Amino acid sequence: MALGWTGYLIVAVLVLTTLAFVAARARASATVDGDVRLLHSLPNYYGYNAAMFTAVPALGVMVIWLLAQPMMIENSVFKLIPDRVVGEGSSRALVMSDVRRVAEGLDIAVERGALTEEEADTIRTEEQDVRSILGGVGVALGSNVEPEVLQAAQQYRSKSEIGTFWMVLVVGAMTLVGGAAAIFVTNGDFRARNTVERGALGLLMLAASLAILTTIGIVLSMLFESINFFRLHPWTDFFFGGSWAPNFRGDSDLSILPLLWGTLYISFIALLVAVPIGLFAAIYLSEYAGPKVRSAAKPLLEILAGIPTIVYGLFALLTVGPALVSVFGRGDDGLLGVEWMSGATAVLTAGLVMGIMLIPFVSSLSDDIINAVPQAMRDGSFGLGATHSETIRQVVLPAALPGIVGAVLLAASRAIGETMIVVLGAGAIAKFSLNPLEAMTTITTRIVSQLTGDTDFASPETLVAFALGLTLFVLTLGLNVLALYIVRKYREQYE
Amino acid sequence: MNDMRILERDVDTNAIKIAARGVQVYYGDNHAIKDVDVDIQDKTVTAFIGPSGCGKSTFLRCLNRMNDTIDICRVEGDIHIDGEDIYDKRVDPVQLRAKVGMVFQKPNPFPKSIYDNVAYGPRIHGLAKNKAELDDIVERALRRGAIWDEVKDRLHAPGTGLSGGQQQRLCIARAIATEPEVLLMDEPCSALDPIATAQVEELIDELRQNYSVVIVTHSMQQAARVSQKTAFFHLGNLVEYGETGTIFTNPEDSRTESYITGRIG
Repeated sequence: MALGWTGYLIVAVLVLTTLAFVAARARASATVDGDVRLLHSLPNYYGYNAAMFTAVPALGVMVIWLLAQPMMIENSVFKLIPDRVVGEGSSRALVMSDVRRVAEGLDIAVERGALTEEEADTIRTEEQDVRSILGGVGVALGSNVEPEVLQAAQQYRSKSEIGTFWMVLVVGAMTLVGGAAAIFVTNGDFRARNTVERGALGLLMLAASLAILTTIGIVLSMLFESINFFRLHPWTDFFFGGSWAPNFRGDSDLSILPLLWGTLYISFIALLVAVPIGLFAAIYLSEYAGPKVRSAAKPLLEILAGIPTIVYGLFALLTVGPALVSVFGRGDDGLLGVEWMSGATAVLTAGLVMGIMLIPFVSSLSDDIINAVPQAMRDGSFGLGATHSETIRQVVLPAALPGIVGAVLLAASRAIGETMIVVLGAGAIAKFSLNPLEAMTTITTRIVSQLTGDTDFASPETLVAFALGLTLFVLTLGLNVLALYIVRKYREQYE
Repeated sequence: MNDMRILERDVDTNAIKIAARGVQVYYGDNHAIKDVDVDIQDKTVTAFIGPSGCGKSTFLRCLNRMNDTIDICRVEGDIHIDGEDIYDKRVDPVQLRAKVGMVFQKPNPFPKSIYDNVAYGPRIHGLAKNKAELDDIVERALRRGAIWDEVKDRLHAPGTGLSGGQQQRLCIARAIATEPEVLLMDEPCSALDPIATAQVEELIDELRQNYSVVIVTHSMQQAARVSQKTAFFHLGNLVEYGETGTIFTNPEDSRTESYITGRIG
């Protein structure tokens, strides 16, 4: 058996769709005796219209049916399992997965001929060793099959079969009715073009709403996991505690504050690097550089934006970190002869490299904003006898300031959410310290470390990652919204 | 023109402020101004009229070297202000623009307060020794810009919040705050309603007491109302230059007559 019932059904729907397309197109031509100019729409539109009405409702119902059927069947089979079977340390969900596995095993056994269809429905653990029969066809079970589980599995099979039968019936009927109706209404006056247009609109709306729904889904899943975390761990410790010391045997200190401090400190250093350099680069490129320099320099600067952040991370770990150590560390062998920095990973390392990463971000946004300042402003200033730099300092930059602030905020939210550079460059020690030469850690690195490796998704040490992620999300979202609001408000000023 | 006042207008014979000889302007390959000779008098309003694209704004921008900010623009010939060649290498265009102020077609107040807009030029050129003196300069400029009464209570409100006519008068006040000797106006009323236009025209007439004013305009009525001398440009040539009354009532060149009667342009 190559295809299940569902597979045959899909093939049938597609074949009928093609037939409906051909038939509707032919009928449209026939109603006007082949004179296509008399049709409201081009013949293909009648075909598309019929195909749309044949396939879309049928396939839509099928998708919903396939999603809903297992849930409904599981709910009804659920009651068959007594509490006794759900043993210590187990849960109904685990028993249900046993049920599904046995049901699948029976399907395979029937298919291989180890059991007849009738035997599969009537077999009893009291009479036969179901585990060994299923084992014989390659379905290994962890323990002997409980009679209740077997019964539930049999119920599951029969209900699935009935459900599939009805699905084939309903979907098949919808295909035929949809196709027939579309072909029936096809005549020279039918506005097929408009209907197809509306269909296309529906497709676009579906795509747009999927993107939005996914975002909502991500936020909700983070929210639920965070709620689970706060059930297991006091929220006062998370938000107001002073130390981060996860311990997988339990009883951990899980406070966001030291991580937040590290995140903000590194981001601050990154902005200290990126904002002046990016802004000056933008001023040079938009105000002074000739067209030739600009056409060469701008793409070069934007190459920086295309470098994957993991490469920046390597750069931090292998180049910038050791270089900083040779200046600030190594005692008498170092450049300054001091022993302030012991390892390559430090706040300064991560901050510097992140700053380099943010330069093109700040410069290209600021460049756009400076270019948006109307030439009339500059002319006005030149006309009063101001020099170029006076004009930039006193007229262009003040006019562009709100937009530049917006660009800086966007860069800040990038810095706060940045992961790979800090994973490799910042270190793993959570603490409050002002020394930029010490290793420190950030929210994102802790999320990575809490979720990698063998993890148990019921312990607060793992779930804290979701609470951290949600906090980070709220933080960057807030910054982005603020920045976009400022940038947009500024843009409107001159339009 | 049926405005009879132009015939009665007294034309003072003043010293020559700006003397241009053989001026050629090229935008890339485009020859925009062809061999223009003109003498502009002090304490006089001189109007440049002509159809769109005839080069009158370009010529105006030569007088304070604003064309220097356009890369592809090239100026040849001599322009002397008070006998000094303004295209001489020793002349700093920035200094020149302080002496030859300019008001643009569209009001372009800086996104600063009204006070800071007017104080911008004096601050750059160090015209005031202290705050009181600067206050004084700002007030004088705003009074001469005929906008003092409207803004004296909100000097620290943003200049962009004023109406179009007020903004243009603010820009004029801003230009005269640096005490220029010549004031260039590039269609200063094209973005204004008739009432604001009348206010600005009145202002231009007052400015004649102290400055040499050169105004580019598309409105022949406006040229007739405010100017004593008129220059008619056509296709980059200065076709005719003379007293406003003569130009509008008894032009020598047939092209001038066609333009002022509305047959070309």
